[in-house]
Amino acid sequence: MMRDQKLWTWHVGAGVVILVLLGLHMTIMHLDAILEFTALNPAGGEPIDWQNVVARGKTLIFPVTYILLLGAALFHGLYGLRNILFELGPNSGLKKALSALLVVAGLGLFILGTWSALASFTLARSL
Amino acid sequence: MPKTQGLPNRLGIRGWLGGGRWGMERYLYTLHRLTGLGLVVYFLLHIIVTSSRAFSEEAWERAMGAVSGGFFRFGEYLVFAAFAFHAVNGVRLVLVELGFGVGRPIEPVYPYRTSVDHQRSLAIGALVIAGVLAVLGALDILMMR
Repeated sequence: MMRDQKLWTWHVGAGVVILVLLGLHMTIMHLDAILEFTALNPAGGEPIDWQNVVARGKTLIFPVTYILLLGAALFHGLYGLRNILFELGPNSGLKKALSALLVVAGLGLFILGTWSALASFTLARSL
Repeated sequence: MPKTQGLPNRLGIRGWLGGGRWGMERYLYTLHRLTGLGLVVYFLLHIIVTSSRAFSEEAWERAMGAVSGGFFRFGEYLVFAAFAFHAVNGVRLVLVELGFGVGRPIEPVYPYRTSVDHQRSLAIGALVIAGVLAVLGALDILMMR
C-alpha cells in the first residue's frame, strides 16, 4: 500500500473515532438541556461550570478518551488541511515545509492537550 | 513534481464555488471543506483555551469568561452545526467510497447513466439528519440556556 493510501485509511479511521467520541462530547456539552442529560453534570447548571468539570475530571475514562479524541482529531483535521493545501499545487519544497509545519504543530498541540488532560485529572482527584 | 505531470488544479479555490454539472454533491463537497476548515481552526484554539482547567478554578473561570456572551454563544452553535453536517456528510462519503448506495456496475452504453442519480438519496438523507441535529442544537444552545 502506498504511503498516501495508508494515511488516507488512517484519516477515515480517525473520522470514525471522532464520530463516536466527539458525538458523545457534543451530547454531554451541548445537548444536555434538551436531553435533560444530568448524569455527567452532577452540580447542575452549565456543563462548563467548574464543579461539573471537576466531577467529570475525577474519572479516568475522561482523560483517556480526551487523549484518544485529541490524537484522532488532530490527525484528521491537519491531514485534511494538508490535502486541501496540496491540491492548490505548491512545489515540492513548499509541500515538505507545509508537512513539517503541520507535524510540528500537531505534535505540539498533542503534547499540550495530553499534559492538560493528565494535569486536570490529578488536580480534580486532589480536590 | 514537474508541472507537466498530472492534471493541474487550474481553478484552485475558485473551483469550490461552482457545482457545475456535478450538482448538489459538489456543493456538499464545498460545504464539507468549509466546515472542516472551520472546525480545525476552532479545535486548535479549543485545545489552548480548555487547557486552563489544568491550572486552577480561577484560570478556568477567567478563560470561560473571555469566551462568554451572545457572540460566542452563537459561535458555539455554528461549531455544533458544522460538526453535525461534517460528521453526517462524512459518513455518506465513506459509504460511497466503500461502494454503498452507488448502484450496480453497468455496461457503458450510450446514453450513459451516472451513479450520481443513485447517490442522491444518500445526500438528501444526510442533509435531513444534519438538519434535525442542527435544529436540536439551536433549541439547546440558543433557546434553552
